[in-house]
Amino acid sequence: MNFHAIASIYRFEMSRFFRTIGQSVVSPVLSTSLYFVVFGAAIGSRIQEVDGLDYGAFIVPGLIMLTILTQSVSNAAFGIYFPKFIGTIYEVLSAPISFVEIVIGYVGAAATKSFLIGVIIYITANFFVDLPVSHPFWMLAFMLLTCISFALFGFIIGIWAENFEQLQLVPLLVITPLAFLGGAFYSLSMLPPVWQTISLFNPVVYLISGFRWAFFDQADVPVVASLLAVAAFMLLCLGAIALIFRTGWKIRA
Amino acid sequence: MQDPIISIEGLHKVYDSGFTALADVDLEIQRGEIFALLGPNGAGKTTLISAICGLVRQTSGKIAVDGHDTLEDFRKARGMIGLVPQEVSLEPFEKVLNTIRFSRGLFGKPADESHLESILRELSLWDKRDSRTSQLSGGMQRRVLIAKALAHEPEILFLDEPTAGVDVELRKAMWDTVNRLRERGVTIILTTHYIEEAEAMADRIGIISKGRILLVENKKDLMARLGGKQMTIELVEPVDTIPDNLAPFGLGRSEDGHELIYDYDTTADRSGIASLLSAISSEGLKVKDVHTRQSSLEDIFVGLLHEDGAS
Repeated sequence: MNFHAIASIYRFEMSRFFRTIGQSVVSPVLSTSLYFVVFGAAIGSRIQEVDGLDYGAFIVPGLIMLTILTQSVSNAAFGIYFPKFIGTIYEVLSAPISFVEIVIGYVGAAATKSFLIGVIIYITANFFVDLPVSHPFWMLAFMLLTCISFALFGFIIGIWAENFEQLQLVPLLVITPLAFLGGAFYSLSMLPPVWQTISLFNPVVYLISGFRWAFFDQADVPVVASLLAVAAFMLLCLGAIALIFRTGWKIRA
Repeated sequence: MQDPIISIEGLHKVYDSGFTALADVDLEIQRGEIFALLGPNGAGKTTLISAICGLVRQTSGKIAVDGHDTLEDFRKARGMIGLVPQEVSLEPFEKVLNTIRFSRGLFGKPADESHLESILRELSLWDKRDSRTSQLSGGMQRRVLIAKALAHEPEILFLDEPTAGVDVELRKAMWDTVNRLRERGVTIILTTHYIEEAEAMADRIGIISKGRILLVENKKDLMARLGGKQMTIELVEPVDTIPDNLAPFGLGRSEDGHELIYDYDTTADRSGIASLLSAISSEGLKVKDVHTRQSSLEDIFVGLLHEDGAS
């Protein structure tokens, strides 16, 4: 294992994050505060409780998930797309490193960035609502697994993308709608039965449900199903990346 | 003969589009030499370098770097190579020193700030170590690429068109750098369009056209073997036609008839110069001046490509 290479890629990618630390931190704090103003204060004042929980607190896990999903995908996609775009990818491809090391470096950095943003949102949320965490270990585990698996997905998008429009396409058209429809701001039990069944086909439902369980000990779907969903998604992405590097698709002519 | 540091056997590359970029390439690069790969655009120079460095997947054939197969033992093979690409590709917002640290780490080498400092000083970039690469001039950016390629102390350095688009001064400075690297035992393979670059620096020349290696030869031998000489005889009075008794010499005539041109072989037992001058004199032609010219590598290159039907 070429640990120096992994560390180099990781540090290089993280330095991009710290170069723009202002917008990296201010942006999620601002958007979280806005969500609390809109959903927590304006709408939340009409919805007193959901599943016995204060609405402001109820939306926090979904809010964190929504952000880390989009951030993981965007960060990882940009991380590998940008060297492709400016041509510096040659250096990574000609270095004595395997695809596993490349993935650990890029995906690890992207996952770290979104994990940090998730933590920042959690801290910000504590200023607005009382936020107990029933299962701290599982809360961190769900967050970490989600960051990693969606960063893997973002890595695939970054390799696939041929321009900046394509880079934004999947986060905007797939991830955000799935997160909004995945129970970020409501409980599945609030939906008509047909929509409850349809929602079970949305993978994000499992993530948000499992994450909400870690906070409030309440879930829309069994926790084991949530864990299996994340694990399955991660394995699927890893398999796809292995195939990409074996065939050289879009990276090695 | 030394054992080669790079050995290529039957290398074939066909792109997905069906274009054959390399066809049955066999090539050996000797340890410590400067090897210049010449060829027209699209000849396969960059594809050949890319295949050795792992940027392009070979369709068939074998490439070994110091005995390490580039596919089966890619870590050892690639670890010995530094690559300076044709295009200037740098992370625009990163500082010079950071980008070089990144390159060293990528090749599995532990941090060595003094080594990086010596590289930057040698390439006159030390003062710019904290500048963003986008703030540098084109020439400096090219030097940063060289610094990046040297950061992990490679034994083999590939320079893909290293002086394309750079001014004369920088080109000479790069030649000096390359010569210093050779003195340290680094094997250098360069592709170039500038024949004078190959002529000035290379120990051996390879000519590639349409994905095939047409010729690989020691530069001096090549020039001696293929490099004929040309003598131009300036006449006081022009001639309309070449006189009959000068016909056996196969002379050429300039458009205005003031010059007679004689090609001869320096390696032949007799050059025929004395008998030609005597024949000219007996013909009553008055000679104003005589000068000779050695064929350049460019003449040889163009001649070979014409034979191959490439240009």
